Amino acid sequence: MNVRAHVSMTFHLDKCIGCHTCSVACKNLWTDRKGTEYMWWNNVETRPGTGYPTGWEDQERFKGGWVKRNGQLKLRLHSRARGLTNLFYNPALPELDDYYEPFTFDYQNLFTAPEGDDQPVARPVSMITGEPMNINAGPNWDDDLGGSNLYAENDPNWEGVSPEIQAQMAEIERVAFNYMPRICNHCLNPTCVAACPSGAIYKRGEDGVVLVNENKCKGWRMCVAACPYKKVYYNWATGKSEKCILCFPRLETGQAPACFHSCVGRIRYLGAILYDADKIATAANAETKDLVQAQLDAILDPFKPDVIAAARAGGLGDDWIKAAQDSPVYKFVKVWKLALPLHPEYRTLAMLFYIPPLSPIVSTIEDGLFKLELPPDQVDFELFNHLEKARLPLEYLANLFAAGSVEVIKPILRKLLAVRIYKRRQSVERSIDAATLKIVEAAGTTPEEIEAIYRLTAKPTLQERFVVPPYHREMATEVWNDPLAHKGETGVGFIELPVRGD
Amino acid sequence: MNWNILLFQVFPYIALALLVIVSIQRMRNKPFGVSSLSSQLLERNLLYFGSIPFHWGVLIILLAHLLALLIPQGLLWWNSVPIRLFVLEVTGLVLALWTLGGLGVLFYRRLSNRRILAVTRPTDVIVLLLLVVGIVSGILTSVLYRYGSFWFPSVMTPYLWSIITLQPRPELLADLPFWIQLHVFNAWLMLAILPFTRLIHIITVPIGYLWRPWQLVVWIKKNRRQAAPSSVAKAEPGLPESRTSRGTD
Repeated sequence: MNVRAHVSMTFHLDKCIGCHTCSVACKNLWTDRKGTEYMWWNNVETRPGTGYPTGWEDQERFKGGWVKRNGQLKLRLHSRARGLTNLFYNPALPELDDYYEPFTFDYQNLFTAPEGDDQPVARPVSMITGEPMNINAGPNWDDDLGGSNLYAENDPNWEGVSPEIQAQMAEIERVAFNYMPRICNHCLNPTCVAACPSGAIYKRGEDGVVLVNENKCKGWRMCVAACPYKKVYYNWATGKSEKCILCFPRLETGQAPACFHSCVGRIRYLGAILYDADKIATAANAETKDLVQAQLDAILDPFKPDVIAAARAGGLGDDWIKAAQDSPVYKFVKVWKLALPLHPEYRTLAMLFYIPPLSPIVSTIEDGLFKLELPPDQVDFELFNHLEKARLPLEYLANLFAAGSVEVIKPILRKLLAVRIYKRRQSVERSIDAATLKIVEAAGTTPEEIEAIYRLTAKPTLQERFVVPPYHREMATEVWNDPLAHKGETGVGFIELPVRGD
Repeated sequence: MNWNILLFQVFPYIALALLVIVSIQRMRNKPFGVSSLSSQLLERNLLYFGSIPFHWGVLIILLAHLLALLIPQGLLWWNSVPIRLFVLEVTGLVLALWTLGGLGVLFYRRLSNRRILAVTRPTDVIVLLLLVVGIVSGILTSVLYRYGSFWFPSVMTPYLWSIITLQPRPELLADLPFWIQLHVFNAWLMLAILPFTRLIHIITVPIGYLWRPWQLVVWIKKNRRQAAPSSVAKAEPGLPESRTSRGTD
């Protein structure tokens, strides 16, 4: 057992209101420089939709992630030799128009336009060329199902969803969607690291954050194509790749990352988990249907004495073990088994886990009124027993979070529904009837567990949502920097201005 | 000192000195500015027709030059049968034209596409111009003064070895025609500007990718434990930049 710690994440999709505050917090902090305007290290997608960059899940085109061939894991992007021969032209690289051309507006024209018959306007201006342009796309172009017939209809996750249900989803009265915020998953088996010819990308051993060493990066841009989540971006101005850094300067000072801290819906949880590094290869190589379970198996119980002993032997301090025990991520992922990694079939072992969203039951319309088959007090039970009638099709969620396996998604939604039904009975009717208790049992949970899930879901404190382990970086700086020289430097470790070379 | 000595004896050593010293200095002290500066994100269609022919063409031609330098006897042996000489020369010429075509596409792309123009620096154009001069003078050499592969071992190989072994014999080039002299001088010039331009990406070709482990994990604390308690302890490769010097800009 090779125990390592990982600062890991959980997003509760039922709580996301799609306000994009996380995206803006990140943008203001990290990507408001030249060349990074189009980068959204954090973005919020509407599902069904094609996401950002448009159609990123289409791995036939973008060649992200790992594939299993003859029992061996291979990069879908290239073999080692092919990686070198593709340096001159990377066929799988998205181009700027797969994202959008960054723009601003010529506000000055509102003040300086000569007097005339027409009202002056602020024309959109390209942030690359500085010339007037027509805006054809932008961040969240398909927000709230905008342009559904272009975007939502082409969502790759419709695979296996029956055409009737797809047609149903296109009807305006039956439309349903949820939000899905995405950041770098800081995978256990990252393809961006494996694909980088320069070896510039690495995973930090202490906390698992995946970083690009900007000084070693030579702009071969293989990482951009290899990341199946398209969360590495190429800075066209400096010729270097950049990605989410999980706000490690904030983590190291005990604060949650900016997107976590600013989250209005409080959907985000952050905490350390302990995992067995010896099990990474097995977990990444599991059969497709077993991928989620294999990844959960690699995550260790921080209360078990042998795990604690191995963690200490591996150099983990008691404060980190304590942080792993308090971790909300561990509870959601491993204890309550409510959270799943996004697209486990990419085999990168993503360490960001999503709690899938619940959705209302499908209704019909008669005489302009919504009609449900059952009286309102029975609706919850109806959905619990007939999850296939949920508005967001189970197959769709399964394609997102469970490599297509409905059986993995179902118990999670049933447990989430049990929590909802139980707490509703408790707060509305002040008593729990036998039917509800039956549902609790059928969902494989207990009233005690429901109370705990409810507490961490509905009213957690900041300290409960973000359990940032103590980094002790005050003792690490002197390793590579003269503290006095370090004091005079700013930013994330640049001692050279991050400008384009010749 | 005459022109011959200046251009083909003094300048080559200046070029080589610049190449070595400035490259090392830049890679060590200003690594952030070292990049292939790919513009594929901004434009990919023309790049396909420009970059691939150009890079492969120039790579093969340079390797051929290198082989002629290292094993001239092999070249002479190959050329001892006329048809083989003919095949070699035609192959070289076709490759050169292919490369020139690719370079033309790249040149057009750089100057016509607004997005590419936005990331174009003067040095980028200088590099492209020097490449045009190099390839055109090479093509003229091979067409006008046949057969290059035949006389290269007896003229260029001794000259290049004389430079490498620090016993320069620039007089070997003194009586050569203009285009050949231009081709040689242009080559030295490109070596001289290499570390100042995007050409520096040539020396960063990541051959190590062929055998490095797939995953890279960097430990800061473990490294710390191994490190001496001095403030100038060396970090292992892979750590975020670990220099102790102050910023240079």
